[in-house]
Amino acid sequence: MKLRVATVWLGGCSGCHMSFLDMDEFFIELAGLIDLVYSPVIDVKEFPEAVDVCLIEGAVCNEDNLEILRKIRERTKVLVSFGDCAVTGNVPAMRNPFGPDNRENVLQRAYVENARHNPGVPKADGIVPQLLEQVVPVHEAVYVEYYLPGCPPPAARIKAVLVQIINGQAPLLTGPQLKFG
Amino acid sequence: MAAKTLIIDGKAVSAEEGATVLQVARDNNVAIPTLCHLEGVYDVGACRLCLVEVAGSTKLQPACTTKISEGMNIQTDSDRLRKYRRLTLELLFAERNHVCAVCVSNGHCELQTLACSLGLDHVRYDYVFPKWKVDVTHRLFGMDHNRCILCTRCVRVCWHIEGAGTKNVAGRGATAKIISDLDQPWGDSESCTECGKCVMACPTGALFHKGATAGEMEHDRDKLEFIVNAREKQQWLP
Repeated sequence: MKLRVATVWLGGCSGCHMSFLDMDEFFIELAGLIDLVYSPVIDVKEFPEAVDVCLIEGAVCNEDNLEILRKIRERTKVLVSFGDCAVTGNVPAMRNPFGPDNRENVLQRAYVENARHNPGVPKADGIVPQLLEQVVPVHEAVYVEYYLPGCPPPAARIKAVLVQIINGQAPLLTGPQLKFG
Repeated sequence: MAAKTLIIDGKAVSAEEGATVLQVARDNNVAIPTLCHLEGVYDVGACRLCLVEVAGSTKLQPACTTKISEGMNIQTDSDRLRKYRRLTLELLFAERNHVCAVCVSNGHCELQTLACSLGLDHVRYDYVFPKWKVDVTHRLFGMDHNRCILCTRCVRVCWHIEGAGTKNVAGRGATAKIISDLDQPWGDSESCTECGKCVMACPTGALFHKGATAGEMEHDRDKLEFIVNAREKQQWLP
């Protein structure tokens, strides 16, 4: 049976997914080995049940991120923190040092102080998710099996991890394949 | 001076009395990871990366400040040591705000390189996310306390190679920080000679040339080695 694989994009820049797409012709081989059941690059709205592996891009920044992450954890056997934002918090977490009121401050800075037109913090209950008090890496919110660092991880590194998982091994990155930044 | 014989990783070696475990290990091509050690200035045992096992002692000893003795039996690599070295690195990452992706030293950082070489793929401790300032008051250089690991290399080169005594450590524990003169803005320092040795010595992106952007900061360690070599061996090698 083919491995049921998902990828998800939380608080990140989508660079990890761009790098994922850089695997190019490997996708032809991959199509015979896995079913991509949920991803920003396919049109599935609801995270499915009984997923084998999910690559998680991005840090946990808002209520929506946290909610879907908990759902993913319930429905997935193996979670892989995909890229530096997921692994360390990286750039999205740079608001944390600004203290307990950092979310108000960053929103104020971005949407009011620096807005040339229509200043105002966007607010729409149920549509625009609230920022969490602190941005955290994925493994501080849910249990994570494996880590795939890099900003973004190069396609060859993503491929190396996927191939190991498909072959039933615990993925291990060594030498130049293991690098942050 | 008298020679001492000892065993490092099962191999019998001899060295002059007064040498440190780290010196003897390196002379015998045994690699021990270090961060605060810098050739040419005295060692302080600040980073604890070079911890080794010494037979007969349950305490781990820093190789850089432990002098050799006759019959010493040293283990430089074991599961226990690897565990502690990884833990030390994780705590360094958790204690300040290290963001490799946007750091001036990305790709040229000793902390980053060491972490990856020791298989660190994530930090198990909650990040502290402390609030630290960036001092860019100096005409040529900047100091980002977010990226500082308090190795004190900058302090030691400033005092003992340049002899200026600008850099120092203030505070204690996690709130300790590198200061200029009496904790003044670096740009106001009257003792700083603008030699840049502190920047050359820094293992991370904490000290940098102003204007350097992500990944651009390469610490010019060769210049320091040149000066030390000239001073200690009277060799002015280009």
